Amino acid sequence: MQTVNFHHHPWHRSFPIGLGWVLMLAILTAQAADPTSGQATLGKVLEGLTVRSFSQKKAAVKNLAAVDHPRVLPVMKALLEGDLYYRKIGRQVLILRSRDAEYAIYDAVTGESLGSGDKKGLSKIIINNQMRVILRDAIARLSLASENAGVRLAAVEEMFDRLSPGDAKLLRDMRETERHPEVLEAIDTGLALEALDSGDENRRLAAVDTLSRSVNRTVRNRLKQLLESNLDGSPREASAKVRAAARKALAAINQRLEMYAMVQTGFFGLSLGSVLLLSAIGLAITFGVMGVINMAHGEMMMLGAYTTYLVQQLMPGWIDASVIVAIPAAFVVSGLMGIAVERGVIRYLYGRPLETLLATFGISLLLQQLVRTLISAQNVAVENPAWMSGAWEVNAALFLTYNRLYILAFSLLVFAALFLILRQTDFGLQIRAVSQNRAMARAIGIRSNWVDAATFGLGSGIAGVAGVALSQLTNVGPNLGQSYIIDSFMVVVFGGVGNLWGTLVGALGLGLVNKLLEPWAGAVMAKILVLVFIILFMQKHPRGLFPQRGRSAED
Amino acid sequence: MTVAVPVLNLIVPEGSGLHLSTYTVTLLGKYLCYALLALALDLVWGAVGILSLGHGAFFALGGYAMGMYLMRQIGSRGVYGNPILPDFMVFLNWKELPWYWYGFDHFWFAIVMVMLVPGLLAFCFGWFAFRSRVTGVYLSIITQAMTYALMLAFYRNEMGFGGNNGLTDFKDILGFSLQEDATRVGLFLASAVALAGGYVLTRWVVTTKLGRVVVAIRDSEDRARFLGYRVEHYKLWMFVLSAMLAGIAGALYVPQVGIINPNEFSPLNSIELVIWVAVGGRGTLYGAAFGAFLVNYAKTYLTAALPEIWLFALGALFVVVTLYLPRGLVGLIERNRAARETS
Repeated sequence: MQTVNFHHHPWHRSFPIGLGWVLMLAILTAQAADPTSGQATLGKVLEGLTVRSFSQKKAAVKNLAAVDHPRVLPVMKALLEGDLYYRKIGRQVLILRSRDAEYAIYDAVTGESLGSGDKKGLSKIIINNQMRVILRDAIARLSLASENAGVRLAAVEEMFDRLSPGDAKLLRDMRETERHPEVLEAIDTGLALEALDSGDENRRLAAVDTLSRSVNRTVRNRLKQLLESNLDGSPREASAKVRAAARKALAAINQRLEMYAMVQTGFFGLSLGSVLLLSAIGLAITFGVMGVINMAHGEMMMLGAYTTYLVQQLMPGWIDASVIVAIPAAFVVSGLMGIAVERGVIRYLYGRPLETLLATFGISLLLQQLVRTLISAQNVAVENPAWMSGAWEVNAALFLTYNRLYILAFSLLVFAALFLILRQTDFGLQIRAVSQNRAMARAIGIRSNWVDAATFGLGSGIAGVAGVALSQLTNVGPNLGQSYIIDSFMVVVFGGVGNLWGTLVGALGLGLVNKLLEPWAGAVMAKILVLVFIILFMQKHPRGLFPQRGRSAED
Repeated sequence: MTVAVPVLNLIVPEGSGLHLSTYTVTLLGKYLCYALLALALDLVWGAVGILSLGHGAFFALGGYAMGMYLMRQIGSRGVYGNPILPDFMVFLNWKELPWYWYGFDHFWFAIVMVMLVPGLLAFCFGWFAFRSRVTGVYLSIITQAMTYALMLAFYRNEMGFGGNNGLTDFKDILGFSLQEDATRVGLFLASAVALAGGYVLTRWVVTTKLGRVVVAIRDSEDRARFLGYRVEHYKLWMFVLSAMLAGIAGALYVPQVGIINPNEFSPLNSIELVIWVAVGGRGTLYGAAFGAFLVNYAKTYLTAALPEIWLFALGALFVVVTLYLPRGLVGLIERNRAARETS
């Protein structure tokens, strides 16, 4: 098996577009520790922590700081946070992480998971303030020396707030060997912050110039301070040149921040759009291709979300992988339900769209109540896997949360898959044939009944997959589907029924417009405006953005 | 029934087995409003073929217009005792009445608004929609979007309609206390008269030449257009008339239930309304009113007796009616009668 070392890889930069085996592999291997030679030493040093005497423990912490082993940093952090324990019998040192009512237990030396349990038979390693100081310092140094650029970057940026002369020396030393451009930039920023305090005007000017490239909040505050006045009214910064430069630098920073804010809004818009796309894309098949108004579409998504919940219940120790498992499971559950609905009800109603609307609405009520009766009327808790939490910090002003990034990528993936199915497979060809001319399709030997059922199953299955994604964003409850059904219809109608590209453009476009309106109109008003916009748009273009042409368009 | 209900409530003494409780009178009055609403929907769906999924919006707007009048009648009896501002505005620290509340201290003004506001909305909406020939499911979906947008809007406190609490705590109407049995009976009678009037009106509309043109439009819009009829005008005026009837139903509904809130705009309500009409028998008018009674009676009974079952029942009703009773219960009865006559 290929070894993917999670810690040494700047994975937040080369974030993979697709979900799937690559990720699974990364997650699974990340949990396994890499055996290194220093392990025995580390074990010995850790044993020194399991004594009562504080002075002995202090010595052990100092020894620990000297050990060269990748586990030293996590162990130190755990010690600082009070998560380090040892077994009263056998003196094995453990890291405990609280999870619900229990604790997840890891071996401190290897990092291996030892399952979960309570604190029985364990003793906490207690530290005093002296040791805390040593630990913090060691952690900072270790972080600066870390092989992970992200850790180094965070360590440097953490220093900005309280730069001591010692820190400046540390940064200068580090600058000699550092190769990573972003970390280098952060080091320069840190050094510039320090240079602001120097007496040399030219150095201060150069520092302001360096700082004008940053968007860090501390930097911005320091530049602002340069422009402030003392209590007696005299400017805090004596040199007029430096003040002018600082003013210019601040303007440049603010402009850049505004730009990042726009990018952020754009991202939120695309992210909302991707949720719309996911919820509308299945509908684009059942409504757009088959002409069936499936009001139970939202409930198919709800089933998908509940499938995620059930999968997590079945594999509690594997939350990270559960979402990946839930995707095909939800597809199957919702798809089968869709086939059942098609065979049971919809096949009698082809060509009568208003009736399908009523009947499927009834089905949606039935499914909602079924979930209420079988599971609960309350929302259930679906956990986010570790790899979906957190955010990709592009820079200090721009955070892109992973779950939204993944869902954006995922929705595009689903779109591409569906597009390929419709365009490139025999099944897709049959779907299109039946939707365009049923009688002709039957005449050339296509089993239209089978195609109808499979198409509806496909649309419903995709709704289920959308539900998996939604379960990572919103509450999972019996009403989940209802909140999306109107929006989904709007997207499909807006984009032009029967046109997948229209659905894509419609979803992302409406998401963007919604988020652009939000800052000045408020969330609810933005939504209302979008709805009104669509209603008005429909007057001008009753067939949507990309109207379907040809014979089948006019019925 | 119009005679029996008031008599049984007011004259028959309370101990008697024939006495109707005020609760029941109010309940029946509520059903009458629903029946009028169903009638309004059947006029556009049954006769013109427009499936509106937003008729709850017209109903709610009429209700809000009446609610505003009732709010103004509270006067200084509110919790905060402000003679001008309703309680929720005092609570939000508003200093003066918004302009659109002016005039609602007059009953006649409120009555005009009850019909004008839904009518105007229907006119604007229909004028755009029918002119650009938005039809069928597209129309259904955008009517649904319309009521959804209104619901979101009315949930906002800034709108000046009481936010999600809506308008409530009404005291009296035209000087009569809403707590009085006699007032309740009066409202019941008014609802009965409105329903009867609404039925006569809609029946008249569909049986005159106008009605026949409308049915022609329903059955083949293009053919009617080729014959020279201004299809969109017919559709528009029928839509407006229907919206006004729905507004009246809402106005009568509010004093009887004592509250109007944004939930009335929820798409679910409008869709439920469609099923009343479908169950009763679409396009028959009296069937729609009958369906409203039947479904709502079942709802009252089931939500009290077996709350778990109600949504199952409603859901199943949707499916069964669309699959097996395309013409509703009326259609079923007529088919049976026809079968008996031929045999």
